[in-house]
Amino acid sequence: MKSYKAKKTASTVFIHIFLIFISVVMIVPFVWMILTALKTNQEAISVNPFYIFPHAGWHWENFGTVWKSYNFLILYKNTLLLIFFRVVCACLTATMAGYAFGRLKFPGKNFLFSLVLIQMMIPSQIFIIPQYTMISKLGALNSMFGLVFPGLVTAFGTYLLKVGYEGLPKDLEEAATIDGCNVGQRFLYIMMPLTRSSMVSLGIFTAVFAFKDLMWPMIAAPNAEATTLSAALAKMQGQYSNDYPSMMAAAVLAILPMVIIYVIFQKQFVEGIATSGGKL
Amino acid sequence: MSKTNVKHRAKMTPRAKNEAVWGLAFVAPTMIGLIILNFIPVFQTIWQSFCKTGDFGKGNIFIGLKNYQNMLTGSASAEMWQSLWNTIKYTLVQVPFSIAIAILLAVLLNRKIKGRSAYRTIFFLPMVCAPAAVAMVWKWIYNQQFGLLNNLFHTNTAWISNPKIAWLSIAIIGIWSAIGYNMVLFIGGLQEIPHDYYEAALIDGANGWQQFWNITWPLLSPTTFFILQTGLIGALTVFDLMFMVMDKTNMALSKTESIVYLFYTYSFTENNKGAGATIVVILVLFIMLITFILQKAEKKFVYHP
Repeated sequence: MKSYKAKKTASTVFIHIFLIFISVVMIVPFVWMILTALKTNQEAISVNPFYIFPHAGWHWENFGTVWKSYNFLILYKNTLLLIFFRVVCACLTATMAGYAFGRLKFPGKNFLFSLVLIQMMIPSQIFIIPQYTMISKLGALNSMFGLVFPGLVTAFGTYLLKVGYEGLPKDLEEAATIDGCNVGQRFLYIMMPLTRSSMVSLGIFTAVFAFKDLMWPMIAAPNAEATTLSAALAKMQGQYSNDYPSMMAAAVLAILPMVIIYVIFQKQFVEGIATSGGKL
Repeated sequence: MSKTNVKHRAKMTPRAKNEAVWGLAFVAPTMIGLIILNFIPVFQTIWQSFCKTGDFGKGNIFIGLKNYQNMLTGSASAEMWQSLWNTIKYTLVQVPFSIAIAILLAVLLNRKIKGRSAYRTIFFLPMVCAPAAVAMVWKWIYNQQFGLLNNLFHTNTAWISNPKIAWLSIAIIGIWSAIGYNMVLFIGGLQEIPHDYYEAALIDGANGWQQFWNITWPLLSPTTFFILQTGLIGALTVFDLMFMVMDKTNMALSKTESIVYLFYTYSFTENNKGAGATIVVILVLFIMLITFILQKAEKKFVYHP
């Protein structure tokens, strides 16, 4: 018995060593990002001796300089608005369509839902050129509408919410019908509040996707005042590729808000993204 | 559809009619949006692939299969096939490794172990970070002269400018980015496996390895298959990492650029939308072929009790 216990402790130690090793690999790029951001460029490119930590003082002012020269306030505003509108549009349209597909009978339902499924199977790159042509014809390049445009509706969200609505018990709605509720009232007051967890998942998924997206904002909003954090980083790298501390400071500023929100709401994030992914 | 249902349909009660109106009204915004944003664009892209953009970017001139000819056998074919091969190489490394490491981590974390949620939080972190920022820091780490990697290990490897290894360096970023997400999905899959199976195996004297191959692996196969499928499509459409890590002047670019990168360059840098559309149609056909093969393989790969 004793040896079994010793064996178990030994294996637990090995497991922790392995997990810590992977954790270090995951964390090091972030740490290096921050440490570089706090150095002077001279120090960042000093090879001999090679400094891990800032040696000539911690240059927190790098963040202020980058903040001003790249106008991060506007980038944050654009990214936040993009996320807000994408999440509102996705949740609103998907919850309505999801309810109809999950709970109502109407002509053409199967056909229309098969269109939803087909859209989910097509790689989104095939939509991009015509979407770009549309917004440029509408004169919506470099506008918030143009940025939000591909995310006005969501096939994936519709599917996710449909699954959510299907899982709800039938009696609830029947009781409400007897009480004289029409379809709209049943949806709004009884069914929709019950799919809150699916909605939260969809919201988080949509927000993270909008935040990470690079190609669409580069195409739809190339101007520095109209673009998002991701696309702005791409631009900065093209312009200031040799000023490493500034670039790392910009990268830190770009991901910091999302990382903080993630650390606070990690449970919702992990579950939201995983359940969305898992149900796809 | 049953007979009663058909009858029911033919003679709609006012209540059923009412429900149908609500149903159609509720799906209308989504369906109209999908048609305008997705379905019409599919046909427009296909049409565009048969056209060339006129002078000054005006109008589409029908040129038949010339774009395809040019892409598959003509002057652009070398770059096209190279980028397709680059993408496949990237996929063949990124997908298996990100799955294998993720399964290992999931199995280790799917037990009572100290710091479980801390590990999970750390591994999942890249999932909420903009790939643009992630790629920037990796590019800096890979820097031949001043980078962390070469300085720590006293090497002088040209991680991202040596054409032979640059694609692998980028695949490593791809693996690093994906393992946390895959791991969380695997943990979800593991939690659905009944605990009794392991208890029975323990009584039969099965060791950990035997338990994994005879219980975990087959019962996890639906999750594995799902991750394989979405992971393949994700890897075959990789763009951000290539775009951010590889400078336009990088000598290794032609040996690393992915097919979506090529699509982006043609469509939006060179403004040759006909060629861009052709590339994306070829890519979609390729992905459809892969999806079809996977569907066929599903029966063999996924364990159905």
